Amino acid sequence: MAIAFHDETFRNDYTYRNSDEGVRRFPFPFGQDEYMYSVNIEPHAGGAPGSVYEHAFDIDEHYVSECRDRAITLERDPGRCESLPHMIDAEWDVLELIMTSLARDYPDHFRLRQDGTHWHWINLPLGIEQSFVFGDAATLPYPPFEYITRQTQGDFVILDQRDGDLWADSGMITQQADWSLTFDVGMSFKEWHGPVPRAHEIGVFDRALKYLLMLQLGKPVRRLNWTMTVNPRLDTAPETYPEWGQDRASVTPDNVAKKVHLRVELQTLFRLPRSNGVLFSIRGYLASVGDLARYPRWGKRLHRVLRDLPQDLAEYKGLVRYKPTVVAWLSQQDDGAALEVGTHPE
Amino acid sequence: MLSLPLPGGIRRNPYSLVGDPHDRRKWRIAVRRQEQSRGGSAWLHESAREGQPLKVSMPANLFPMARLARHHILIAGGIGVTPIVSHARELARLGHSFEVHYAHRAPEFGVLVDELRQLAGGDVYCYVASRNEMLDFRQLLAERPLGTHAYLCGPQGMVENFHQVARDMGWPDTHVHSERFLAPPPGEAFAVKLARSGREVAVPGDQSMLEALEAAGAEPPFLCRGGACGQCETEVIACDSAFQHNDLFLSQPERDSGRKIMPCVSRIAGGCITINL
Ligand code: FES
Repeated sequence: MAIAFHDETFRNDYTYRNSDEGVRRFPFPFGQDEYMYSVNIEPHAGGAPGSVYEHAFDIDEHYVSECRDRAITLERDPGRCESLPHMIDAEWDVLELIMTSLARDYPDHFRLRQDGTHWHWINLPLGIEQSFVFGDAATLPYPPFEYITRQTQGDFVILDQRDGDLWADSGMITQQADWSLTFDVGMSFKEWHGPVPRAHEIGVFDRALKYLLMLQLGKPVRRLNWTMTVNPRLDTAPETYPEWGQDRASVTPDNVAKKVHLRVELQTLFRLPRSNGVLFSIRGYLASVGDLARYPRWGKRLHRVLRDLPQDLAEYKGLVRYKPTVVAWLSQQDDGAALEVGTHPE
Repeated sequence: MLSLPLPGGIRRNPYSLVGDPHDRRKWRIAVRRQEQSRGGSAWLHESAREGQPLKVSMPANLFPMARLARHHILIAGGIGVTPIVSHARELARLGHSFEVHYAHRAPEFGVLVDELRQLAGGDVYCYVASRNEMLDFRQLLAERPLGTHAYLCGPQGMVENFHQVARDMGWPDTHVHSERFLAPPPGEAFAVKLARSGREVAVPGDQSMLEALEAAGAEPPFLCRGGACGQCETEVIACDSAFQHNDLFLSQPERDSGRKIMPCVSRIAGGCITINL
């Protein structure tokens, strides 16, 4: 089915909006009233038709505008896309994985013809048509990883596996959530996840790392992560803090429902066939608190999770400042009725 | 992993890919006919016909290459040469510095030597047992520059010896590689008794306990199916056999207590286990 792509912005006037369908398919992350950090990884083996889990890489109504926002960020700071030289095979692996997945899952929008190493790629929504030789970077306008991730929603990191660890040796990071520390190419898995409070005590990362080292080809996995953000802004990186940092103080009881967004990351991990690397895709979804509360189950649950969120996690996620305003607004939607377990909207 | 339709039932056997990984049109394997074949290699040599479709699973990389190494020493024992050929091909393509050492029983067992010579030229060394040539790990691993990685694929005894010698000589473990296992190894068949319903479920050797419970219509909890998340943790009420814990979740005291098991990856060595389900 053809997707109707929006023309919208993620900065300045912030015209980003979700359609009704966009809200309904939002990957709401809270199945229970209390949020706990855990190894919430599961196989990424498809999902209900229309859901964000249906395909390997989810393309939605924000696709065209999101790619445009990425191009703006890269124009201002080309260093947001980096890749170390030994990752070139992994870059081609990623290009192949994304192109074949999109062409298979969205034939109305993407097409790929492969004739040996001569490939022909058509991206209809972005109006791109490209003939190139697979394996010959000189035949593409950008290096392979940058080329294909400029045309895909979400941030991407390629992890190289060596010495019993995973090293983030390539990255396309233009939508980094503000709570993460600066991402540096070349970091190990542990360094990168170092500052998450509580997670180390309960051994979450050691277990997650061991599990990921054993990740198998054709058996991708996924997990959800969440934070909140003021205004539907994608580029909330530490580098541009002066541009958006003060937004946190702009939340009032009158604008909170529209201004504050729940930001959910669908993180998926794919083993790559030739390089043995791992593609880590961080696909963000934004929905305003007001839109979410149109489903009473979600409004009530979000209220309870935020109200009872431990202080250190609230600090880590950067929501201390405006959380009371959000909780106060949501409390008006919560009659205290018991909710059944699960993330479904209705 | 190939599913072979043997007369006694489907057998799933793993083989190494030896072809060019950049050729998307074919996968190539080498299968040595085992003298006391349990059926797999004999079937492939005698009964498999051209054009006959076989079920193949996605390939797995059990033997990854260290991409930042300065020099690679590839060592093959017997039919362990198959993944070594793939590595040699990849290293040759990347223009990396490497050498190959290939131990086998007799000249006629030296399959793929010519192919290796094409890839590595003069840096292929053969050790043929029938000519009393011996591969000495001590010599091979001595005085190597920093940044050298060594890889071995061969029989279990050779692998153990190789790791032992490397450790004795002060090689860091991260620079010494042999095949690793991704999925928990299959094991023996055993029985699971479900305490709450009184039902009994048979777990075949090539299935996990979780899969067998699901196939029997039970709905045990799970998430990651890889021993990491803790969702499938199950209380053990009785067990008349030895536990084989393959998970990353249970602590040593929990394992020692004999009261817990993670059915997605762990099993028991035959016999019967009763769980609280
Ligand atoms: S399903 Fe995750 S540990 Fe068993």
